[in-house]
Amino acid sequence: MRAFVIAVFAFLYLPIALVVLFSFNAGHHASEFTGFSVQWYGKALANPFLVEALKNSLFIATTSALLAALCGTAAALGLARVGIRTRAVFDALLGAAIVVPGVVIGISTLVALVQLFTVVNPFLASIWPDDQPPRLALGYGSIIAAHGLFSMALVTMIVGTRLGSLDRNLVEASSDLYATPLTTFRSIVLPQIMPAVVAGFLLAFTFSFDDFIIAFFVAGAQTTLPIYVFASIRRGVTPEINAIATIVLVASVLLVVLAQWQLRQRKPPN
Amino acid sequence: MHGSRLRRNFLTALLLGPAAAWLVVFLVLPFIAIAVFSVGERAPEGGYQAALTLAQYANLPARATAFWNTMVLAPVGALACLLVAYPVAYYLALQAPQRWRLILLALVVIPFWTSLLMRTYAWMYILGGRGIPALLAFIGIEDIRLINTPGAVLLGIVYGYLPLMILPIYVSLERLDRRLLEASADLGATPISTFLGVTLKLSLPGVMTGFSLVMILLLGEYLIPTLLGGGKVFFIGNALVDLFLQSRNWPFGSAIAITLVLVSVVVLIAANRISTRVSGARRVDLI
Repeated sequence: MRAFVIAVFAFLYLPIALVVLFSFNAGHHASEFTGFSVQWYGKALANPFLVEALKNSLFIATTSALLAALCGTAAALGLARVGIRTRAVFDALLGAAIVVPGVVIGISTLVALVQLFTVVNPFLASIWPDDQPPRLALGYGSIIAAHGLFSMALVTMIVGTRLGSLDRNLVEASSDLYATPLTTFRSIVLPQIMPAVVAGFLLAFTFSFDDFIIAFFVAGAQTTLPIYVFASIRRGVTPEINAIATIVLVASVLLVVLAQWQLRQRKPPN
Repeated sequence: MHGSRLRRNFLTALLLGPAAAWLVVFLVLPFIAIAVFSVGERAPEGGYQAALTLAQYANLPARATAFWNTMVLAPVGALACLLVAYPVAYYLALQAPQRWRLILLALVVIPFWTSLLMRTYAWMYILGGRGIPALLAFIGIEDIRLINTPGAVLLGIVYGYLPLMILPIYVSLERLDRRLLEASADLGATPISTFLGVTLKLSLPGVMTGFSLVMILLLGEYLIPTLLGGGKVFFIGNALVDLFLQSRNWPFGSAIAITLVLVSVVVLIAANRISTRVSGARRVDLI
């Protein structure tokens, strides 16, 4: 059994290790390691398209994760205050947001937005005073919204779970001692749910930063890093991709480890 | 008191409002949109033309190969994942030394949250002409093709979704009351019948959760068949990308997407039924 488990872990990590190893390959060819070099990192970071895609991804992931953390936390707090029926409806929708395959989320968002734009854009053009009305189009906004859907559902569930295990006695004691609801929230509830909020934010960021399929549909003219990498892979594997893959992998691993660590924190209330 | 209740309700609405708006605008409305599209017609220049017809659904057999590949490789892939994942989850939950458990668990979680694209791409290397086939040629086995075969896609599936299968099984095994195992042994059950009658039965909710999650995600999979199947092994996901981004037949694509969602719902309900019937417990929550 132990040997099998070790083999499975090797299976999980060897391919990743290979990508990292070959990102330091001096030679051009993927098959033979001809010496240590960081030249591909330099080449990757000197590629303007790649840097542009990286910046886009960072912006999209940060924005969608922030919005998701805010709305998701608010929703988790709100759900603790409503009846069973409202809760059931929300739980079903949040579950759907997590479970529906990304390809369906991408397609349906694309269809709905394009349909919306064909109505809104002529309307904007008709009411706009000059000849250059704003035109709504797919891009940053649609990727952020579509990523945020999954992320918000994730944050709501993580924070909701933490709220469920909150020590009720502390909340009651606080209000018995004449703390206002706001003070109770700030000094009792918030410190206890904060690790869950941070973990939710980090996982949301990682999800958005790594997602390919949803962005593929709703990106419009924009390029995210996974879309760029996918296009490059289809043109042929280059060591440059290994370098950027290594950077992304290391960043993802750090964020996930940080998120797991946050989830295990049980901060005592101040 | 009336005023404070009103204020309380207002605050609740304020807290839930943004999430509700998000769910309605980017989940419910888009779903309604593709449902409407799926009973429409393709406009001559591509895109959508209003209609009320089931022609798109009647046309589903036109993509029979994609459906067939997906409907075969998704359950087979999920089953293969399960066979590899169960022993790992069992070891982690019941046999691993305490101080190793969290570290090993973290090692399972990390790939789950790292880019599927990057991890699948690694296998293009290993299975490609300069990878394992080159090694095999070195020891005299020539002309082995690994990449762009159903086997490569299956391998990619197991690799990609293994963590998602291990986690729920681990959760259900970890909750298992160990005294039941001892009681079973004390009552003279063999290790095998203890495993089948107690361990496996009680971990079934985790198994069904993992199986249905992996299966549903596989139904919509695009990257693995594209990168490791090389256009030869294509899934429903590939058909959808083609219909929406290349040939622009949105009504037909919508009909396929709706079918995909319906199949997913059936899978979820069936998984829930099975685990409720066998072990009396419902699915395992991952978070």
